Amino acid sequence: MMPLGTAEVAKIAHLARLAIREEEVPDYARNLSAILELVEQMNAVDTTGVTPMAHPLDMVQRLRADEISESNQREHFQAIAPRVDAGLYLVPKVIE
Amino acid sequence: MMEWETVIGLEIHAQLATQSKIFSGAATAYGAEPNTQACAIDLGMPGVLPVLNREVVRMATMLGLAIDAQIARRSVFARKNYFYPDLPKGYQISQYELPIVQKGQLTIDLEDGSSKVIGVTRAHLEEDAGKSLHEDFHGLSGIDLNRAGTPLLEIVSEPDLRSAKEAVAYMKKLHQLVVYLGICDGNMQEGSFRCDANVSVRRKGDPQFGTRAEIKNLNSFRFVERAIDFEIERQIELIESGGKVVQETRLYDPDQGETRSMRSKEEANDYRYFPDPDLLPLALDEAFIEAARVALPELPEVKKQRFMTQYELSGYDASVLTASRDLADYYEATVAALGGEPKLCANWVMGDFSAFLNKENRDLADSPVSAVRLAGLLRRIQDRTISGKIAKEVFEALWASEGDADAIIEKRGLRQITDTSAIEKVIDDVIAANPEQLAQYRAGKDKLFGFFVGQVMKLSKGKANPQQVNDLLMEKLQGRNDLLA
Amino acid sequence: MHEKTIAQLSASLATGEFSSEELTRALLERVERFNPSLNAFITVTAESALAQARAADERRRQGAAGLLTGIPIAHKDIFCTDGVRTSCGSRILDRFIAPYNATVVERLNAAGAVMLGKTNMDEFAMGSSNETSFYGPVRNPWDLDAVPGGSSGGSAAAVAARLTPGATGTDTGGSIRQPAALCGITGIKPTYGRVSRWGMIAYASSLDQGGPMARTAEDCALLLGAMAGFDLRDSTSVDRPAPDYAALLDQPLTGLKIGLPKEYFGEGLDSAVARVVEDAIAEYRKLGAETVEISLPNSHLAIPAYYVVAPAECSSNLARFDGVRYGHRCENPKDLLDLYTRSRGEGFGAEVQRRILVGTFALSAGYYDAYYLKAQQIRRLISDDFRQAFAQVDVIMGPTSPTVAFNLGEKVDDPITMYLSDIYTIAVNLAGLPGLSLPVGFVGQRPVGLQVIGDYFTEDRLLNVAHRYQQVTDWHQRAPTAFA
Repeated sequence: MMPLGTAEVAKIAHLARLAIREEEVPDYARNLSAILELVEQMNAVDTTGVTPMAHPLDMVQRLRADEISESNQREHFQAIAPRVDAGLYLVPKVIE
Repeated sequence: MMEWETVIGLEIHAQLATQSKIFSGAATAYGAEPNTQACAIDLGMPGVLPVLNREVVRMATMLGLAIDAQIARRSVFARKNYFYPDLPKGYQISQYELPIVQKGQLTIDLEDGSSKVIGVTRAHLEEDAGKSLHEDFHGLSGIDLNRAGTPLLEIVSEPDLRSAKEAVAYMKKLHQLVVYLGICDGNMQEGSFRCDANVSVRRKGDPQFGTRAEIKNLNSFRFVERAIDFEIERQIELIESGGKVVQETRLYDPDQGETRSMRSKEEANDYRYFPDPDLLPLALDEAFIEAARVALPELPEVKKQRFMTQYELSGYDASVLTASRDLADYYEATVAALGGEPKLCANWVMGDFSAFLNKENRDLADSPVSAVRLAGLLRRIQDRTISGKIAKEVFEALWASEGDADAIIEKRGLRQITDTSAIEKVIDDVIAANPEQLAQYRAGKDKLFGFFVGQVMKLSKGKANPQQVNDLLMEKLQGRNDLLA
Repeated sequence: MHEKTIAQLSASLATGEFSSEELTRALLERVERFNPSLNAFITVTAESALAQARAADERRRQGAAGLLTGIPIAHKDIFCTDGVRTSCGSRILDRFIAPYNATVVERLNAAGAVMLGKTNMDEFAMGSSNETSFYGPVRNPWDLDAVPGGSSGGSAAAVAARLTPGATGTDTGGSIRQPAALCGITGIKPTYGRVSRWGMIAYASSLDQGGPMARTAEDCALLLGAMAGFDLRDSTSVDRPAPDYAALLDQPLTGLKIGLPKEYFGEGLDSAVARVVEDAIAEYRKLGAETVEISLPNSHLAIPAYYVVAPAECSSNLARFDGVRYGHRCENPKDLLDLYTRSRGEGFGAEVQRRILVGTFALSAGYYDAYYLKAQQIRRLISDDFRQAFAQVDVIMGPTSPTVAFNLGEKVDDPITMYLSDIYTIAVNLAGLPGLSLPVGFVGQRPVGLQVIGDYFTEDRLLNVAHRYQQVTDWHQRAPTAFA
């Protein structure tokens, strides 16, 4: 894996919706490249046939009964919202 | 002229008819005030966690069994990551690599009377997103997250469909099935059953598929047909004029009757799917699957065949009556209450009863005439208490909830006259009152017979038994002729 | 009063030596006096603490007091507290008043504990020095030039400085154990699934686990007993009753088989730290335990695997902070993209952004298999190493951290060096095992921690192993002079 370039950092930052100042991009590129170099130590190990481990415990999903347990708490939840009107969360125009 | 072949695959989202959401205990009812059914989990508050609703798993299993699919003994929930204001967590919980239902099939009936098997690649569980509203909020959009977390079953077909008509037939068949299974209310206006269509064209005989366009959010059968037909035309014209179809998402505009590129979604999406660490693998044991199998209702196709043999109905009648489970149940209840006469019942259920429902745009569940009451009416036709014509009047009164058929017949004095001497008396009166017509009839103007029937029925207020009227009238008019001759 | 442990305070409250209100007042005064130099608390909830204390005293008068009734504690600011700011050490949640309680908070409230406030932490628990907090670094009570460790640095410093007898923490890669070690206190990360994650703001969901931090193993046992247990709201919570940890503390250690992984004593370990750890292990031999060298051959892969798994999960977990429903929103966003990128760019600090970017990259098209899937496979190998080890031994011991507390600012510009301070703790999270750190000595004036790792659900054994040591040593009783 080649070190990450500034263009790639900008692309990833866009995917992650992070505004990064242009002058910071080289720093990020350097740090991210170093981290990737660190994690690439994994490549030294052959993991053919090893089952990936997504969870520490070998358990299965528990299911809950189909019951309504939540009541309307809109005012409570929207008290901490940056911008609401008529019960709606407001955002800059969504273009479909 | 080049011959073109269309290749269509449908992705259908059926909203599962649960009380609560797929991962939270908030209600799923349609039409609530904005954000009043969005709990901390649905809002993606920091620190909240999802717990899976058992009912959605059961419903997905039922669908899988109904389409002869494989039910995954182990399936996995994954996160589909993207930013959108109606997606509170910044990811949608869905199933990606290991869906709960795989490799099913559905047989559709084509217009020429043949049938075709359409493959169902997979059906997976996922959560719905909220809604963006674009009314005037000072140039802003309003976000309502009531729908966020509503359970969806996304049913993905193989690219086996070859025309818009086939696509519609498939969609209708699936719609009928999910409603039959009771896992979806099928309400397309409310978005409970909606469709994305992947459409491409290729030259006949070409083994490769063409580049496809995905048409989003088609929420009526008519739109599906029109949108696909438009899209086929567009693609063929484009290629024939030297252009190239680009892989993109398009939106159908029903007002213009055309599909349009959705610019905002053009940006190549990289959803970064990975197994959701908050949810463990979903494991289904044989007992769970067996319980779902036992709970399966009789499926439409099986019911139709049974109606044809058990009630000796035509294929057409059987399919009309089994189009919905409610109607089929109503029909069977009518036959049972009447104790037979399946054809008479079929005529009435498909005829006046359905017509009244349609006219008033009512659901069967809201019908004012129960199957028992309808059977009560049909019994009086059967035993010749009333004629078929009078029965229509009685049915109207039944619909207006004026009591049962017997009470209505009694109250309105609609009982049919079958007493020969009484009918003869009416006939005599009619003949006496119309000497001119009588003379003409006797002079050979046969078609005046109908006039006399009408007069007799009119004088008897429609209650005289029509067959008896016919016979007796013929006899009397004839009899005099003989006498004169 | 502040010098007493939870067990001692509990006894004093029971005999009426002082009331919870008096105790709470005394500790709040210490917080007021010492927090400016330590910066261990982000939010102090004096008023509600006193109300809770009075309620606890009332409960005691009614004869309904439990062991934790009236005991002041502090919560790491990662646990949602209804009506109280829950910042997670981040600007993006600086004004976030949580609308509900975490299960851990609810359970401790139900046990009658009194919340003094919310402790400082690395932003979103991403850090090993508490220097990534939006609220500034926490200082180590043993040496104000040193870091307290992280990410639960505020909890560790507050306990070490006797501002609170106990606190909650969370541990994703060592965030309870490493600061416990660096601040000379005891802390346990339970088995994954033992303590509910409901209301605990997620960093890396498959690794995060809450646990107690206190001066002694006995106090940790009391706190863990209240915190642990099945929770219907957390699908990954384990439906298995928690034992009475406090009742199991005194089992003898005779015949205890301790595994010493050679990988934990090799290159990278500070030799002075090594000597202190070896002395502690010698003490265990005196207590009747036997030691055996073992190998955890994939240990060196723990940090690489962790820095794929944790960032990947965090890149997704932190996507909800978008300025729409709560949290920081940039001024005058010109469009939707601007709202997202600026709110998040302004709201998250550099380390959080780095990890989000790494995780986004690791999950992106074309890289998923090489990074994420590979890391999950390595995770399996690491877990298998432990499984094999626990077939031979009861517990595994080694240093918690390769060095004692380092100086503020020393590693802040070098993420990789910083990451390496969790070299002995991270594998435990990848496997989901329980791990404990207890104080076993000093290098200079800075404490050294011994890590004890157990098999799944053997928290009782780990607490017992630590408690027996604390019965015969006094490292856990040492207090930093300025805060004694």
